[in-house]
Amino acid sequence: MRTDDTAAFDVEAVRADFPALDQEVNGHPLAYLDNGATSQKPRAVIEALRDYYERDNSNVHRGVHTLSERATAAYEGTREKVRSFLNAPSEREIVFARGTTEAINLVANGFVRPRLREGDEIVISHMEHHSNIVPWQMLRDELGAKLRVVPIDDDGALDLDAYLAMLGPRTRFVSMTHVANSLGTVNPVREIVEAAHAVGAQVLLDSAQAVPHLAVDVQALDCDFLAFSAHKVLGPTGIGALYGRMEHLESMVPWQGGGDMILAVTFEKATWNAVPYRFEAGTPNIADTIAMGVGLDYLREIGLDRVAAWEHDLLAYADERVRAIPGVRIFGDAPEKSSILSFVIEGVHAHDVGTILDSEGVAVRTGHHCTMPVMARFDVPAMARASLAFYNTRGDIDALARGIEKVRDVFRLNR
Amino acid sequence: MNDLRELYEEVILDHNRNPRNFGRRPPECNRAAHGHNPLCGDQVEVSMTLRDGVIEDIAFDGEGCAISTASASMMTQALKGRTGKEARSLFDAMHAVLVEEAEPDHDRLGKLAALLGVKDFPMRVKCATLPWHTMEAALEGRDAPVTTE
Repeated sequence: MRTDDTAAFDVEAVRADFPALDQEVNGHPLAYLDNGATSQKPRAVIEALRDYYERDNSNVHRGVHTLSERATAAYEGTREKVRSFLNAPSEREIVFARGTTEAINLVANGFVRPRLREGDEIVISHMEHHSNIVPWQMLRDELGAKLRVVPIDDDGALDLDAYLAMLGPRTRFVSMTHVANSLGTVNPVREIVEAAHAVGAQVLLDSAQAVPHLAVDVQALDCDFLAFSAHKVLGPTGIGALYGRMEHLESMVPWQGGGDMILAVTFEKATWNAVPYRFEAGTPNIADTIAMGVGLDYLREIGLDRVAAWEHDLLAYADERVRAIPGVRIFGDAPEKSSILSFVIEGVHAHDVGTILDSEGVAVRTGHHCTMPVMARFDVPAMARASLAFYNTRGDIDALARGIEKVRDVFRLNR
Repeated sequence: MNDLRELYEEVILDHNRNPRNFGRRPPECNRAAHGHNPLCGDQVEVSMTLRDGVIEDIAFDGEGCAISTASASMMTQALKGRTGKEARSLFDAMHAVLVEEAEPDHDRLGKLAALLGVKDFPMRVKCATLPWHTMEAALEGRDAPVTTE
């Protein structure tokens, strides 16, 4: 679809671009509300994958032949698309990685590890995804550092005062989620970055759940690193990107050795390639990288302001509909929230909720959402999570509400 | 759609609401094992008093979905007073239907047949089998936690 800034958001036209949305599941129209796990893909992304393999397939940065030139141009062109998407100063500050997880591990091992001394502190929050907990625990255990965890309140909002009090001369690094995947909390990332910089610490933002829903500008945020995964923002799985400030990337040692990350190799030594190629050893995931760029183009054409406004309205509607059902408890009431509605139904385990919703064609995530500390904080073993995208409609939310009523019916809670 | 009513039969819901032999260990318990499906969050401990090859008493504790809770509850009822060998044989009969798509032997399974509706929900079979695998580990005195994921 094409829209201009003044046009109303035409959700039906958008939905027509997503082939997977047009199907029945268990006899009901699919209501896909598991976008926090992965988004559906527009036809343009699917076609980009096919076109690449049918026309341009070859290796990048190597051949002088036409196909290799085309593949390299499309691959490197994606770096510029990501730069522009994040408003990074230079496309050389964009490193391709398998996803957010790999990007965080790259920063942990390439940037933080050489700087970390015994007793130094790494700060994360209680609402992090496991992928932003475990890499830091591994460093902590190996190097004798400390992991400080900023608490969250009963609404799932970050305790900013506790964070500020936690910062000090021993703070070496802060790694914080931008939007929390199980609670939807939008963190005050600008303040988080500013306070960390004031004590000389650098900041990585896990923006996996942010970039599909709100405009992200790394210069305005002033963050040192920012990571996201393509598959949550209309692109394929297995690819994502890390933004890193040039001075930091220049100071980092390679993480993996291999082809493409070197300038010259003898048996005595290897000379590293320039940033960002230094961090991209081996033949990269070319097709998926190119398709990631196509997904970002698609989102940009719709406009993240329009996306945010549509989703904001939809989340308010979902909150109202679901909260009105007896026996439902919603988690995550932070003042700034995006796209996520997590809940439990009293007396019913989340997995039973998931199975019954699926029987109504409603796809949600159930479980701990890779945030076991959040489950412990709210004292539940698991939650059901509806996570929205701009192609969802009020009809999808109505299906969710009907599904929850069905859960109550199957479990005889309406009597 | 596979029939939800068969999955969530009245007897399953009843065992979920009021699990039998739950929240305790048998007074003279001498065998116990732990089961955990980390992706689900299902946790179950199965404990028993095993004397001369006979399960004199058996109980379970933990936290899980309706399917795993009812499966554990019905299992403890079915196995109390049976020999370890009979317990394994009953597990084999359940496993054959749920995992290997065999026709159910209703004479052998008795009330446990109510659990068989789960076979049409492949993602949930692991919930039903977790307590049984855990029971088997307890019988064999295995320490390592059991998982069916």
